[in-house]
Amino acid sequence: MEDKHQWPLYEVFVRARGGLDHKHTGSLHAPDAAMALSHARDLYTRRQEGVSIWVVPSTAIVASDPAENDSLFEPARDKIYRHPTFYEIPDEVKTL
Amino acid sequence: MYTQGLDGQVPDTAAHTDEATLEQRFLARVDAEEKIEPKDWMPVRYRNTLIRQISQHAHSEIVGMLPEGNWITRAPTLKRKAILIAKVQDEGGHGAYLYSAAETLGVSRDQLVEQLLSGKAKYSSIFNYPTPTWADVGAIGWLVDGAAIMNQIPLCRCSYGPYARAMVRVCREESFHQRQGYDLMLQLARGSEAQKRMAQEALNRWWWPALMMFGPSDANSTHTGDSQRWKIKRFSNDELRQKFVDFTVPQAKFLGLAVPDPELRWDEHRQQYEFGPIDWSEFDQVLKGNGPCNAERIAARRNAHAAGAWVREAASAYAAKRRQPSANIAA
Amino acid sequence: MNAKLPNVDAQALFHYVLRLGDLSLILGQRLGEWVGHAPALEEDLGVANIALDLIGQARLLLSYAGEIEGCGRDEDKLAYLREQGGYFNAILAEQPNGDFGQTIVRQVLIDAFQLELYERMTGSLDERLASIAAKSVKEVRYHLRYSSGWLVRLGDGTEESHARVQSALNTLWPYTVELFAEDDLDQLMADSGIAPRLSAVHAAWSARLEGILADSTLLRPADRPHLWHGKRGQHSEHLGYILAEMQYLQRAYPEACW
Repeated sequence: MEDKHQWPLYEVFVRARGGLDHKHTGSLHAPDAAMALSHARDLYTRRQEGVSIWVVPSTAIVASDPAENDSLFEPARDKIYRHPTFYEIPDEVKTL
Repeated sequence: MYTQGLDGQVPDTAAHTDEATLEQRFLARVDAEEKIEPKDWMPVRYRNTLIRQISQHAHSEIVGMLPEGNWITRAPTLKRKAILIAKVQDEGGHGAYLYSAAETLGVSRDQLVEQLLSGKAKYSSIFNYPTPTWADVGAIGWLVDGAAIMNQIPLCRCSYGPYARAMVRVCREESFHQRQGYDLMLQLARGSEAQKRMAQEALNRWWWPALMMFGPSDANSTHTGDSQRWKIKRFSNDELRQKFVDFTVPQAKFLGLAVPDPELRWDEHRQQYEFGPIDWSEFDQVLKGNGPCNAERIAARRNAHAAGAWVREAASAYAAKRRQPSANIAA
Repeated sequence: MNAKLPNVDAQALFHYVLRLGDLSLILGQRLGEWVGHAPALEEDLGVANIALDLIGQARLLLSYAGEIEGCGRDEDKLAYLREQGGYFNAILAEQPNGDFGQTIVRQVLIDAFQLELYERMTGSLDERLASIAAKSVKEVRYHLRYSSGWLVRLGDGTEESHARVQSALNTLWPYTVELFAEDDLDQLMADSGIAPRLSAVHAAWSARLEGILADSTLLRPADRPHLWHGKRGQHSEHLGYILAEMQYLQRAYPEACW
């Protein structure tokens, strides 16, 4: 029996300290966004784990498909010239 | 999370690549200690095993709020009352983290709750024992949470990402639970004769059920093989049980309490404790629903769920009105 | 210890601080009954958080009361070993939880009271009370956000939820009168600059409630004269049961430390 009033799922992102990114922390159920924020506070910051909270309806998240990982992420592998370590600069040259 | 993509249970890719190849790839990733994430291909049995295990775990946390919650209004000092509320609240939080993890596998919270309330889903049988005295609150923290931690620490490295991450959080929070339980017992053990007796009786009540928490002996455990191969489970039931006994017996000694096992003795050669046989018939009975509090625990959950239906419904109705102001007028 | 007590009788201050402490204590005790039985798992967490804050406030206030009294009674001696007539909470706090709606209504009424009271008490001439108020006001502001958020959803939710909370409001409203009925002790505290005037607290509370009730589509019941005086130790029948449960271990094992 499915409860027709099941509250939707929200994803919770918490900024642990000033200066850090919000990080995905988990999810919860709430009837609306304002309640979701309240629940997130009570569920995910009981031990001062955060200074800022985002909640996002889970249905709003679009995720990449792992089956496509080969074409999505593999092609970046050989672009090694994007990394600073690719270039050899003589020791005499400073602050570069 | 991502549940919307998993409604069909079997991802599209399965149609293109044959099952055996996918399973091989999956096992290779598990062997390489890679984490499996919600949208990754996984064998149906792996998914089902995880749903079963994570939801049982979540249910245990939820039902586990009851035996201790029972003492919130009677906690003997304000400090103990605050600790107990915080602790029981954490159990609820752990239930919520775990339900979230289970939901990534394509089941809804509602389905999970329904399984618990209908009696279809299992939960740790330990919570079907009563807490007649204040010392039981201490014994639960010390022994039950102690046993739980022993089970849970390896789960932080479980192959399924969301479960492993939930367990990291749970374990971090759980460490205070065991310590507050031991602290409570310590106070009783150092107290009056009546308090010592209370502590001893609680140990007598909880010792064997705590040992049973690790599950059937390896020889009789149906799920261990697959779970170990999939790196959901990293140690066998008997290994963990032994470790628990070895850790806990000295703690009982420090309290000046006697472990209720006449066969308990230190094995110098194996450098571990040898303990008496577990009465598995009791375990089976409690599992079958014949424990002292099975009916009452489920009834408490059912009552809370039923009594809260109008509240959940009202909040949904309010949210719906805010989303569609025009629907309000039409109605 | 208290830096300075502005010319006020210690016994009077003791009683006044117990009024504040007992309100938090008894309400916290009531909320504790919910943990594990709330309408949704997320609400178990929410209610427990409020209960924790209230018990925390009670500890600070009862400890302070014990120091003022100077007879060696600590927070627990005061919380657990007084006679019923020695508790000075307004009797609204001891009213039964009822359904979740009734708990929420009781919570809104008291949260709004504590918020208006503590906001003004941060300027108390009693430094200890001022600092307890400064800490508590942050907690209470969140409590009201939670409780009024629920009241709005229940009031403006379904027909059933509206009827339930309106009925709870009608039941509980009469008990709010006591919160603001200024007696000699309240007057003394206000005259000494220790506590705000209850008339000012009442006006602000009333305005705040007006807004919350409007958002909740609920009707404000009429004030009625009240004949009970929890603030002076005259309680409803409910407090006896609360104390029987709360004090059980302390009474059964008088010598024990826990």
